[in-house]
Parts: sequence; C-alpha cells; structure tokens
Amino acid sequence: MTAQIHSFPRSTAVAVTVLPLEARFSLRLRAASREAAEAALGLPLPDRIGRTSEQGGRRALCLGPDEWRLDVPAAEAAAVAGALEGGIPHALVEVTDREVTFLIEGPGSLDLLAIGIARDVRRLEVGRGARTVFDGVQAVLVREGEERFTLAVWRSYASHVEELLRQGAREIALGL
Amino acid sequence: MLLIHCPYCDETLPEPEFAYAGEAHIARPADPMALSDEEWRDFLFIRSNPRGNHFERWRHVNGCGRFFNAVRDTVSDKFAMTYRAGEPRPNLDALKEAAE
Repeated sequence: MTAQIHSFPRSTAVAVTVLPLEARFSLRLRAASREAAEAALGLPLPDRIGRTSEQGGRRALCLGPDEWRLDVPAAEAAAVAGALEGGIPHALVEVTDREVTFLIEGPGSLDLLAIGIARDVRRLEVGRGARTVFDGVQAVLVREGEERFTLAVWRSYASHVEELLRQGAREIALGL
Repeated sequence: MLLIHCPYCDETLPEPEFAYAGEAHIARPADPMALSDEEWRDFLFIRSNPRGNHFERWRHVNGCGRFFNAVRDTVSDKFAMTYRAGEPRPNLDALKEAAE
C-alpha cells in the first residue's frame, strides 16, 4: 500500500482509521452457478444486492445481480483464489492492493458520511452495504454497526477521500 | 436532487449514482448489409426526442452496474417508472390510469 495515510484528529464524536486489509476478491458469476460456488467457497453468497454473509472468517457482500465482494483472511487467499477452478464459469480477481478501507465510527459518523454521500445513509440497515459515490469517488459503504461504517475506495482516490474525511472529522470535533 | 428507482437494487437512490445512456428500445438491425444508407443513418443518429414521456436507458453505474429502462417526462423531469432491461415497452395509457 503506497497511499500516504496520516493520523486523523481524535475526538469522541467521530474517529476515522485506515483498516489493514487481509485479502479481498471481486467475484462475478451467473445466478445459475451461485449454489455451486457457495459449496466450493464454503461461504453463502447473498442473492439480494446489499446483503452480507459471514462464515468461518470469510465474508461476502453482494454488489450486483452477478457480483460479490469477498473478504477473507490473508492466509486463505491462495485457497480462495483456486477454490472455483474447474466447472464453474466465473471471474475471480484479487483486489486487495487496489483498495483502501476507512473505518468511521462514533456518534458523528452519519454526519461525516453526509459530506460526501448523496444517498440517505440512515436508511442503510446494520449489516448491509452498497456501492455508492463519495464526493465523486466510487466507494463501497458497509454499515458494520449503528455508528460504525467502513468505506472502501480505490487507492488512487484515497488521499482525496482521506483529506475530506479529515476536514469533516475536524469540523465535527469542533462542533461546527 | 433527482431520485431514481433502480429495478435491480429495488431502491430509490440519488442521481449521482446513475448515468444516462440514451433512448431505449432501439434494436440493432439483424442484417446491417441489407439496409440503405438512409436506414442506417436513421438507426445510428435519428432519435424521437419527444416533448413528454421519453423511454430511455439509464445505468446504475455507481451501484449495481446494471443498465435499465425508464420512462421520464422531458418537460417536468419526473420519472413515471423504471423497469429492467429486456422487458417490453410498458403501456403508457395503463401507466396514466394507475397514476390517477
């Protein structure tokens, strides 16, 4: 990871940290192959957009009718990369190095996300996620808890997003 | 802000997540070699450009990534409905009755 990550101001209202990524994959396959892929991966693949599933440290987020984001422990990356080989038509690409994931938590997290996201984040239920836009940058938002979100952006946009989050966090910390 | 309903995500979401993709229901001719130059020009460039309800394609590019079709009033910018790509052109009179 070459993105420059600086420290964010600490405050009780909202805290932003950069999460270390284990291994992340982008998976594309047709609905007809979904059950076979679930068995091969040992992980249920949700069939509704925005839903997540978790099993044995592996995690899937449905981003589109034929698209999932998989987060797995780094030690299992090689096993996952080869899990679907043979028989199941699919595209599975490791994208760990592409992404920077920000963890945003605290009572001010909704206010902080509102500086860049046009959709109503309050309506996103806990445990669900979505691909959306953060100030013109495509980002994947997941609501991990009531006041706990992860925002994943492509690495080349990370410094821009980071700067905006830093400014927003500072304004919220100062009560502006 | 314009809110658009994505038929794949089944959610109504803000316009920055979407991209406009031209008029809908324009099928590429099965045998382009059989067309005259005028017919080919019409297929490529000539669009209906109505004042009122317009059938158009949109893509949920910053979301599920799917193309879908929409009926939008070009005067009021109001979306009458959206539906999945590949579905037939909806009957507008039935739409109006449903709205009333």
